[in-house]
Amino acid sequence: MLNIKCPYCGDRSQKEFAYGGDGTITRPKLNQEISDEEWDNFVYLRKSPRGKHIELWHHIAGCRQWFKVERDTTTHEIFKTFKPEEEF
Amino acid sequence: MSQNFRLNTGGLINRDKPIEFKFNGKKYIGYEGDTLASALLANGIHLIGRSFKYHRPRGFFGAGVDEPNAKMQVEINGCSEPNINATEIELVNGLSATSQNCWPSVNFDIGAINNFLNRFFPAGFYYKTFMWPKSFWYRVYEPFIRKAAGLGIASLEKDKERYEHKYEYCDLLVTGSGPAGLASAYAAANNGAKVILAEDKPRYGGTLLTDDVTIDNLSGKDWSEKIISELKEMPNVIVKNRSQVFGYYDHNMMVMFERTGDHLEKKTKYTPRQRLWYIRAKEVLLSTGSIERPIVFGNNDTPGVFLSAAAKEYMKVYGVLIGKKPIIFTNNDSGYETAIEFKKNGVDPIVLDTRDDQNSELINEAKDLDIKIKFSYAVIVAHGYKKVKSATIGKLNKDKIDFENTEQIDCDSICVSGFWTPTVHLASQSGNKLKFNDSIDAFVPDKSKQNEHSLGAANGTFTLQDTLKNSFNTGSEVSKNITKKDEKIQIPNTNERKYSTHDKFWCSPLPKGKNYKRFVDFQNDVAVSDIEVALREGYRSIEHVKRYTTLGMATDQGRTSNLNGLQLVANVEKKIVPQVGHTTFRPPFTPVTIGTIVGREVGKEYMPTRKTPMHHWHEKNNAVWVDAGAWKRPRYYKRGNENLFEASKREAKNVREHVGVCDVTTLGKIDIKGPDAAEFLNRVYTNAWLKLPVGKARYGVMLREDGIVMDDGTTTRISENHYHMTTTTAQAANVLSHLEYYLQIVWPELNVNVVSTTEQWAGAAIAGPKSRDLLARIFPKIDVSNEALPFMGYVEGDLFGVKARIFRISFSGELAYEINVESDFGLFMWEKIIEIGEEFNIQPYGTEALSTLRIEMGHVAGPELDGRTIPYDVSLEGLVSKKKDFIGKRSLAKEAFNKANRQKIVGLVPLDRKSSIPEGSHLVENKNAKLPNPKLGHVSSSCWSVENNNPFSLAILKDGKNMIGKKLFAVSPLKNTSIEVEVMSSHYVDHEGKRVRS
Repeated sequence: MLNIKCPYCGDRSQKEFAYGGDGTITRPKLNQEISDEEWDNFVYLRKSPRGKHIELWHHIAGCRQWFKVERDTTTHEIFKTFKPEEEF
Repeated sequence: MSQNFRLNTGGLINRDKPIEFKFNGKKYIGYEGDTLASALLANGIHLIGRSFKYHRPRGFFGAGVDEPNAKMQVEINGCSEPNINATEIELVNGLSATSQNCWPSVNFDIGAINNFLNRFFPAGFYYKTFMWPKSFWYRVYEPFIRKAAGLGIASLEKDKERYEHKYEYCDLLVTGSGPAGLASAYAAANNGAKVILAEDKPRYGGTLLTDDVTIDNLSGKDWSEKIISELKEMPNVIVKNRSQVFGYYDHNMMVMFERTGDHLEKKTKYTPRQRLWYIRAKEVLLSTGSIERPIVFGNNDTPGVFLSAAAKEYMKVYGVLIGKKPIIFTNNDSGYETAIEFKKNGVDPIVLDTRDDQNSELINEAKDLDIKIKFSYAVIVAHGYKKVKSATIGKLNKDKIDFENTEQIDCDSICVSGFWTPTVHLASQSGNKLKFNDSIDAFVPDKSKQNEHSLGAANGTFTLQDTLKNSFNTGSEVSKNITKKDEKIQIPNTNERKYSTHDKFWCSPLPKGKNYKRFVDFQNDVAVSDIEVALREGYRSIEHVKRYTTLGMATDQGRTSNLNGLQLVANVEKKIVPQVGHTTFRPPFTPVTIGTIVGREVGKEYMPTRKTPMHHWHEKNNAVWVDAGAWKRPRYYKRGNENLFEASKREAKNVREHVGVCDVTTLGKIDIKGPDAAEFLNRVYTNAWLKLPVGKARYGVMLREDGIVMDDGTTTRISENHYHMTTTTAQAANVLSHLEYYLQIVWPELNVNVVSTTEQWAGAAIAGPKSRDLLARIFPKIDVSNEALPFMGYVEGDLFGVKARIFRISFSGELAYEINVESDFGLFMWEKIIEIGEEFNIQPYGTEALSTLRIEMGHVAGPELDGRTIPYDVSLEGLVSKKKDFIGKRSLAKEAFNKANRQKIVGLVPLDRKSSIPEGSHLVENKNAKLPNPKLGHVSSSCWSVENNNPFSLAILKDGKNMIGKKLFAVSPLKNTSIEVEVMSSHYVDHEGKRVRS
């Protein structure tokens, strides 16, 4: 069970969080002209890196804030957690 | 009384308190402080079970977690549990144990024929034999294997015991209270760190209880008692015995199993039997010690063969002799400690040392005591079937691969010592890649992946002096970094005897022409020959060898067999052990009861039960419940002898004819506020929201980005910047997370807040042609006419002094309203509705009638919005705006979603107007077509239409748009039905939707 530092609440157990997928994906802008391929990349395609990965987590049983986590997918080491508006 | 093998004095047992227990139906006496194993051995009982595969007689081998054989069925207070390790369970009054894996008895076991047929049971026997014919597997092979194999019998009774979970946080968790654990915990505690010290056994001290050493002129036992009593006094320290740390998980999450009640004679109702601890530790110090390694020889599994340290522990801790004529078979000095202990207790041992003539403090002490020592000797084979009677021993030749001469000597026990294996399981679980230490022929922890350090024997340090020095220092260093305090501690003086180097001898060779079974793994009956077969058959990876032969599997996880197995593979493969590598260590280190893992989450505590404020009213009115997530909802209200079908028909009919009331509190409710709320809803829903006036509700559909319908519901504009959203009961939590994601991550510039208010509002839907009359009576001050409160209208009102929200929305397709009041007034509202509704023939209706009403109206719900349908599929394409963008819109342009023959929702009626169509039925053109019969669609929801008095179903059908009027078959191989159906519109009742607007 991971120990995740919510940027709003501090260290809490993984139990309180929900995983939210790749944190580097940017949604295309509304009304943006976009090819099928670009849209499919956004909706379906995700990298599954070995090593460092920036991902979203949701403090679902806590403050209900979404935030970003930089984690190593092989060791589960968490290097950094930060608010969505914070620059990495 | 008997106890013929109990020493007259000594041991840490309480001789004033005899304890009566039973083994295989016979009564015996032991003492308080005994384990089941030590008490049986005191009574001279060695034959305690039969082996897993060959049903060979087996006896005790170890004295703790190292024990591979002594698994028993144990009954205490009427609770029976299989696979209890007799060397670990403490003796309590009334305990009754029986041997496992034998029939009819441990003395005469029919399965032992396997032993004589052993050449028909080679490695991989099951894989090879039971493969064909395939049809035999379920009926013949599996039942046979199940009966023949396996250990004890799981109880079929409900577990009456109480189990608990506990969460704890600490600076340092120290696992094991031997010298390393005590020293490091003590140093850390003195620096003010919050320390948890966990000891698996009832007694603290580990090897200090059995080793002949002194620390600061105190015996090991006295020193450990002194340290423990000091630690117990410190407020920052938790000291726990009977507690096994069995799992090392991510971010230093440690899991510990505490036996809180098993040793107690009397427990209160609230004493847990066992407790699971989740411990998050900043640092973990692994002082798990080491386990003695066996030396392999012929028939080395015969009862009476022990690990030498276990024999010593039985004498020193329990005052029990495991034999009166022992052979000590050793490749290192440890065997001499056991020999000396025997001699001190009046027993004459013979020591066979595989090494050439040696000198060391211990050996000289043994010589001074006139202990008979034979150097360069090994045990070749043990004789005796149910107990060791004699042994053939031999003088090793120079290369130690053959014997110069052999002789047979009488003995009643053989104590083996093949040096020590650090207990690295937890370190390995933490992600520490182990390294091979050549000087001790074993793996030791290497670089830490997490904040952990291994100390003492667990790290391959076998002298007391070094162990204490390293442990005091590490405990002090690690804690200093946390507490910033640095109390200097004087490292104590120690007195211990120096060892001479051990010999790498680990397996006695077979004399020419002899074919003795030499076991590497007792618990799984894996002999040297089995591993050789696996290697001959081409298994190379140690992980494959493990699975093929079962070496190192099951409850003892290869604690005594791992290294010898690796050594054997290395020898055959002409490699060295580190090239072979080791198999993965996995939690749990020792078996943990299912009850402990489950804890208190059983029965109704399995998950929270959500009840609406009207729950007790439903209960009093014979509601039959259905689970909707964690909610309890009335499925129907039973009257007399009604069944589900009759009751739901009555309730639905009453809605269509008069008026019904339904508890809709469970619907998800989300309060949405902020200046950009309208814009946000416009992006979330497929239809337009910017122009919804205050005081109006609108039905909306939301999609996922992939174009699939996520949820539907109504949202009402309460005031300029304030909306009230409803979701389906099932999707409430997902929708809230979805909204939060878009507000926080995608469009943080929108000034909107969302919060769940599901629990804050109680809801009642009143539906039916009389609902307006009823509403008028409940809210006499409000104009509820069709003009003042039209379909999709909203007003606030006063319900006999309670603030209420009134929505004119309808799921049933009838003229209907939904009233919300604050939850505390939910029951009040409900009772008022029932009371006033009486004159309009009101009846409450449950979810079954609710489904009937919505199905025959063609309203979609969960079964249609199943994560595979787009708006077109469920005929909601009219709600998809062409003008604006919204979540998932771009996906709707995809080719597959726009095919002319795209699936669409339809209605189905059986041609005979009688047969109910099972939900999940497949729709096919020809019921007798060759398999695989092309599937055209599936039945999503079925009901008995109360309006038309015949069955009606909704289905998602390929090219549904052009299938109206066609005849198909709805086949259900599960229910074995095949019903001819006619395809029609999904709106079976009130096509034009007049009623809701009436």
